[in-house]
Amino acid sequence: MTQKEFLNIVMPFKDKVFRLAKRLLISTEEAEDATQEVLMKLWNNKEKIEDYKNVEAFSMTMTKNFCFDKLKSKQSQNLKIVHSNYEDNNTSLQKQVELNDSVHWVSRIIEDLPDQQRMVIQLRDIEEYDLDEIAQMLDMNNTAVRANLSRARKTIREKLTNTHSYGIK
Amino acid sequence: MVLNNIEKLIEKYENGETSLKEEQQLKNYFSQEIVAPHLEIYKPMFAYFLVNQQEQFTKDVPLSTKKVFNYKWISVAAVAVLMLGIYLKSTVNDDLGTIQDPELAFNEVSKSLEMISKSFNKGTSTLGYLEAYDKGASTLEYLNEIEKGTSIIFKKNQ
Repeated sequence: MTQKEFLNIVMPFKDKVFRLAKRLLISTEEAEDATQEVLMKLWNNKEKIEDYKNVEAFSMTMTKNFCFDKLKSKQSQNLKIVHSNYEDNNTSLQKQVELNDSVHWVSRIIEDLPDQQRMVIQLRDIEEYDLDEIAQMLDMNNTAVRANLSRARKTIREKLTNTHSYGIK
Repeated sequence: MVLNNIEKLIEKYENGETSLKEEQQLKNYFSQEIVAPHLEIYKPMFAYFLVNQQEQFTKDVPLSTKKVFNYKWISVAAVAVLMLGIYLKSTVNDDLGTIQDPELAFNEVSKSLEMISKSFNKGTSTLGYLEAYDKGASTLEYLNEIEKGTSIIFKKNQ
């Protein structure tokens, strides 16, 4: 497999990998590193790539596992990934997000969700995957995905309502 | 009518029962400027989803073609070295020259044989020390006599 063929396979979903990594790791730099790592792993195993039924789903699962490993190792070192995106390449995007304060709240609320729910929200509402695909990626069953999704959506809505009506977090 | 539909969809949405198509409808609805006041809450949520869809991974990935060292080449190199060795040996060591005159040849041979026998003798002369060892061993025979003595004693004890 040449580099070009590989890129043709990977290009369509590399942003999704990055966004999922960012959702889990929060820091942009960490997410970039994680994405790089995942893509490198895919590249190194490029001979096997044709055997995978769904490379994209496989990569997402890989990303999830990689990020969890990373979080675990950080925890055991008694370090926390600090959310410090000092310099952001996509300032326009950041600005766009912060333009609307409520939108910013949504990102804060999602950050506070449990990992499972965060991932499900990311994969469904942002990446728009099928429920079955998500179940496959996260190694859960369909009902569990649905339950997590529903819980996450309700939490977001409740917290947003709270912020709106009382101005509390 | 439309609003009614949206409300229903929202309810389904919160239960996680909407299809992707229905969710797209919701996203379209909430990306409008004006939404029904009681649904205002959902607007930032969908706006956030839309914005986040656009985030991109900009870093380069160094796709180095990792060269796997091929051990086959070691054997090739070994064979090459071996062939070179054989070739050099066969060319260099082959011809030492021959002496044509028989008398001269005889002299040369006897000279070299003499040299061999001389150094051989030198080697054997140092072996003379072995005789001293034999002498030492013969004195040890007294030990046998002692043993005889002790065996008699033990027999008596029995």
